[in-house]
Amino acid sequence: MPTFAVSPGLNPVLQTVLAAGLVGIIVAVLAWPLGTWLARVFLDERHWRVERAVYRAAGVDPDTEQRWTTYAVSVVAFGAVSVVGLWLLIVVQGWLPWSFDRSQTWHGAVNTAISFTTNTNWQSYAGEAGAGHSLQLLGLTVQNFLSAATGLAVAIAVVRAFARAGVDRIGNFWVDLTRSSIRVLLPISVVAAVLLILGGVVQNLASPTEIVTLSGEAQTIQGGPVASQEAIKLLGTNGGGFFNANSAHPYENPTPWTNLLEIVLVLLIPFALTRTYGLMVGDRRQGRLVAAVMATLFGAAALLTAWAEASAATAPTGSMEGKEQRFGIAWSVLFSTSTTATSTGAVNSLHESYSPLGGGLLLFNMMMGEVSPGGIGTGLYGILVMAVIAVFIAGLMVGRTPELLGKTIGRREITYAALASILMPALVLTGTAISLVLPQARAALLADGPHGLSEMLYAFSSAGNNNGSAFAGLSADQPWLNLSMGVVMFVARFGIIVLTLALAGSLVTQRRRPVTAGTMPTHTLTFGFLLVGIVLLLAGLTFFPSLALGPLAEALS
Amino acid sequence: MNTARNTPMTTVTGVADHIPDKYAHPAPKRSSLVRTAWDNLPQALVKLDPRHLVRQPVIFVVWVGSILTTGLSVVDPSLFPIAVAVWLWATLIFANLAEAIAEGRGKAQAASLRQTRVDTVARRLRPDGDTEQVSGQALQLGDRVVVEAGEVIPGDGDVVEGVATVDESAITGESAPVIRESGGDRSAVTGGTTVLSDRIVVQITSKPGETFVDRMIALVEGASRQKTPNEIALSILLTVLTIVFLLAVMALQPMAAYSGQRLSLVVLVALLVCLIPTTIGALLSAIGIAGMDRLVQRNVLAMSGRAVEAAGDVSTLLLDKTGTITFGNRRAADVMPVTGTDRGELLRAAYLSSLADETPEGRSIVDFALAEGTSAVVGAGAEVPSAPEGTPAEVNSATDLLRAGAQFVPFTAQTRMSGVDLPDGTRIRKGAGSAVAAWVHDEAGHMAHDVDGAVDTISRAGGTPLVVAAQAPGMPPRQLGVIFLKDIVKPGMRERFEQLRAMGIRTVMITGDNPLTAAAIAAEAGVDDFLAEATPEDKMRLIKAEQTGGRLVAMAGDGTNDAPALAQADVGVAMNTGTSAAKEAGNMVDLDSDPTKLIDIVGIGKQLLITRGALTTFSIANDVAKYFAIIPAMFVGIFPGLATLNVMGLSSPKSAMLSAVIFNALIIVALIPLSLKGVGYRPLSATAMLRRNLLVYGLGGLIAPFIGIKLIDLLVSLLPGLA
Repeated sequence: MPTFAVSPGLNPVLQTVLAAGLVGIIVAVLAWPLGTWLARVFLDERHWRVERAVYRAAGVDPDTEQRWTTYAVSVVAFGAVSVVGLWLLIVVQGWLPWSFDRSQTWHGAVNTAISFTTNTNWQSYAGEAGAGHSLQLLGLTVQNFLSAATGLAVAIAVVRAFARAGVDRIGNFWVDLTRSSIRVLLPISVVAAVLLILGGVVQNLASPTEIVTLSGEAQTIQGGPVASQEAIKLLGTNGGGFFNANSAHPYENPTPWTNLLEIVLVLLIPFALTRTYGLMVGDRRQGRLVAAVMATLFGAAALLTAWAEASAATAPTGSMEGKEQRFGIAWSVLFSTSTTATSTGAVNSLHESYSPLGGGLLLFNMMMGEVSPGGIGTGLYGILVMAVIAVFIAGLMVGRTPELLGKTIGRREITYAALASILMPALVLTGTAISLVLPQARAALLADGPHGLSEMLYAFSSAGNNNGSAFAGLSADQPWLNLSMGVVMFVARFGIIVLTLALAGSLVTQRRRPVTAGTMPTHTLTFGFLLVGIVLLLAGLTFFPSLALGPLAEALS
Repeated sequence: MNTARNTPMTTVTGVADHIPDKYAHPAPKRSSLVRTAWDNLPQALVKLDPRHLVRQPVIFVVWVGSILTTGLSVVDPSLFPIAVAVWLWATLIFANLAEAIAEGRGKAQAASLRQTRVDTVARRLRPDGDTEQVSGQALQLGDRVVVEAGEVIPGDGDVVEGVATVDESAITGESAPVIRESGGDRSAVTGGTTVLSDRIVVQITSKPGETFVDRMIALVEGASRQKTPNEIALSILLTVLTIVFLLAVMALQPMAAYSGQRLSLVVLVALLVCLIPTTIGALLSAIGIAGMDRLVQRNVLAMSGRAVEAAGDVSTLLLDKTGTITFGNRRAADVMPVTGTDRGELLRAAYLSSLADETPEGRSIVDFALAEGTSAVVGAGAEVPSAPEGTPAEVNSATDLLRAGAQFVPFTAQTRMSGVDLPDGTRIRKGAGSAVAAWVHDEAGHMAHDVDGAVDTISRAGGTPLVVAAQAPGMPPRQLGVIFLKDIVKPGMRERFEQLRAMGIRTVMITGDNPLTAAAIAAEAGVDDFLAEATPEDKMRLIKAEQTGGRLVAMAGDGTNDAPALAQADVGVAMNTGTSAAKEAGNMVDLDSDPTKLIDIVGIGKQLLITRGALTTFSIANDVAKYFAIIPAMFVGIFPGLATLNVMGLSSPKSAMLSAVIFNALIIVALIPLSLKGVGYRPLSATAMLRRNLLVYGLGGLIAPFIGIKLIDLLVSLLPGLA
């Protein structure tokens, strides 16, 4: 199949530039109205009838707003209950219809339950072997929606903290969760699923079919409700594939067209949220700057990865190892950059097979804390935390107590922001270090030397950033890795959420200081450079030694 | 170095040259920095006490590292561990030295202040009116003491009886004596100052050990220094960064072990110390102390570091018009005769009526009239209502006129006029328009129709109108015209307000004038807003309104009725000449009692914050180069390809690591002068300032260590065993 939209004869880097341009235009065109819609959804005073029914059923008063503490407790409690519920569902899936005797170990189930609840969607099981249709539909797809909605809700709560002044309420989690699901994720998923079905993605409840191929060998043809899960898998930056091969599987992502659609779905809401942010704080320039910073980091990573892949092999197509012919370098790189930079973690190519530098860049996308543009909701609040730190470090240089959008960054704010920004590196580094010491964890590595280190580092970066993509190679379905990564996923997700909400709680009570010529502007090119610099610097400083022993050592040997 | 003149603030103000030499504090002349450093070295060594260091987590980590490497170099006494250990201790000492120098500067000042605190003998008034001799230290709140010429005032207090000239040079450095009297706004006296003449009774308002001088000593010594909010926030960030770097270094060992090479503890400690923000960690408290010190150099005492920081955040400045924006006195700028009156006649009348008027306004009228050609010779103009017989040919002074038999009519609150009755019976009066009109009316005189117009015109132009009327003998009085008394705006004020505006600071002029006059002066001076006919309550309301809008307010004041506003303002600068109540209420005291200094104080506050931010940025940006020095050096043994990352071309792994450690120590020393002096600062908009400082300290912080480490490596590699 020819590579889509760009001439196959073209240099892969140039192809990537053109492809990225195309994706950029489509995302920009769609994210614009979506951002406006999101703002309207969360500013709306009225409830839809179906939402009222949900609130009544759940016993929630939708018109009472919460302080940050209550909001945080709601998020964590909801997450904890979801983990337990999902775990039970996985354990009992054998009794459910269409389970085809698929099962997971108890610790694998713990990992899966946490993974899908935290929007990580790391899969230590193979989709075809670990999850029947019922579990996929009732458990995994449901969590795909709810975990994404949770991220969106938290981001909106944080934006409210900047938009409001002198109050202590940051919204109602249950309302934000419900609206995110019903007004945003569901409608777009339906449209996306239909488009995916039209593009050739399967959608049925078929049992696996045994066939005999032309060469006389037996092959199992899988079926299932793929398109419906695929849509939210990408839209909600989840990434957990129906099949083990994820979006490289032709039933999940059959054509270049669906590949483009999937990339757009991944990037859509994270970028749209920047506009929502600008609208809600009443200064659209702020949103534009955040979008520009995200796009810059994304674009640079994509092009560098494309360059790394193109120069990794002498063939004019560049290194095609682990990549699908129907996507080529440009569309593989764009997909992998999109999913590692957004906490999606879906894959349409084998990240392990990327050149050391290319794989290292995918790893670095995660290590930046998923802010380019980051997962649904998580990307926005992640970069706002970074902005708080950037404002604090450099803002002093204008001779005033640092402030962001008129809110002073004082002792409490910087404490929460700093802790939120180091929690992920702390978990990733500790997890990787301990696992490299433990023999049973080291046994899970496929490669040795720097590549093996990259496998482990990638796994924990993926867990610590709730990304979920795998470097493959690592046989993660074992008690230590299942459980330790489960802990990392849970603590990273909810720890950062609680700290970020605490930051929001502190900001929302502040009165807004008026903007004067003495205020450091946070919508200018200078601040853009500063924010990019701080993101790169923090990630670089914490991870440079480990990157040096993994991807860099491999690349430079 | 005489910092009183060299503080960067001198370049800030543009009109800083108006600051006279008297601002130089009586503290001993500052010695050179090297000398100060040497003097404070023992103090820096004392500060190696872990109980002191534990308060600065970043430095404490270095301390632990130093202990560890020292131990290791004892076990393995080879050059590399010993060199690392030595330089880590050097890092610590340099860090302590920064703080010690900053404190040392204050100590010199404190020593000179202490001399004023010699124990005095006080003469305490007993209820029966007798006096008893007690020690100055034994005085209690509310005690009354008698102080006579030549005696030292034993404690802070208010004059409750009498008036005296007081020499306050011990506190303010100003040698000209000041007058202190009971009642009013000049009643406060400070312990340690000397009464030069007369006798006063002082009611003591401070407890022993808590006097103004005591507080001053504590402040300049830094003994009572508490971390400011911003400093605390920055410390938290630095601590968190230290924790994450600690984790990163700890995680490195298993990764290195997996990769096939355990790292020595010395190397890990070296890496850790290079990564944690030691530079800013070491200089943080020095920056704070130096900031306070810069204020002291300008004769301003900040009661808390918080106030200094708040000064940088101020976005509204309340300035009193009189004495701050304008010269204290109004001056005659013009006269406007009414129709039918000659200009010369008006000038002459104004001249004669003001001869005995000793107020600055009165004198300015005399000067103006003479400058406009009014002759002192009577009759030369012949426009005077009359030049009677017997009048001396020349009237140069009030005495001449008195000798001729004239009588002066002094100003009273009832008549609101003053004037002169000439020997021939001619009466000349000048005063507020309504008062003069009433006099003319009562005497059945002629009301000029265009006086009101002239009065209005002058008010609108920001002036004070003074109407002149005259009554020739036997004639009804008539108004001659109006004198235009003008507030003269100090030169350079407009430019300063423009600078402030560029920094996002709004200036509000406070004045007792009517709105018309106030508006005109406000426009002339270029302030953003004004508060006319201001009462203390109005000021308070204004401050609260600004604060509700999220603005920080700075103001200066001296009167007791200013006290509530001073307390409410985020930065309240009390004048030293003011009342104790005002000094208690404000969070700064200006010993020179110069309200204009408010603008400088804002600059110093900003400079403090900028210095902190600049050095933080610089410190963090430095890490990039240190990584490029240390990481390839650490692992080039197992992954030779990593030599590519050795972009500086450092000669050997050990010299690379040692060079990074040495750079890390030396950069602290290199930045001590900057942290004490403060980052160069000009009033710029925040956007311009950010761009400039990011370029200098951000980009500079990235590049400088690459050069520095390379240079050090060139030297270190000469050592045998490290090449």
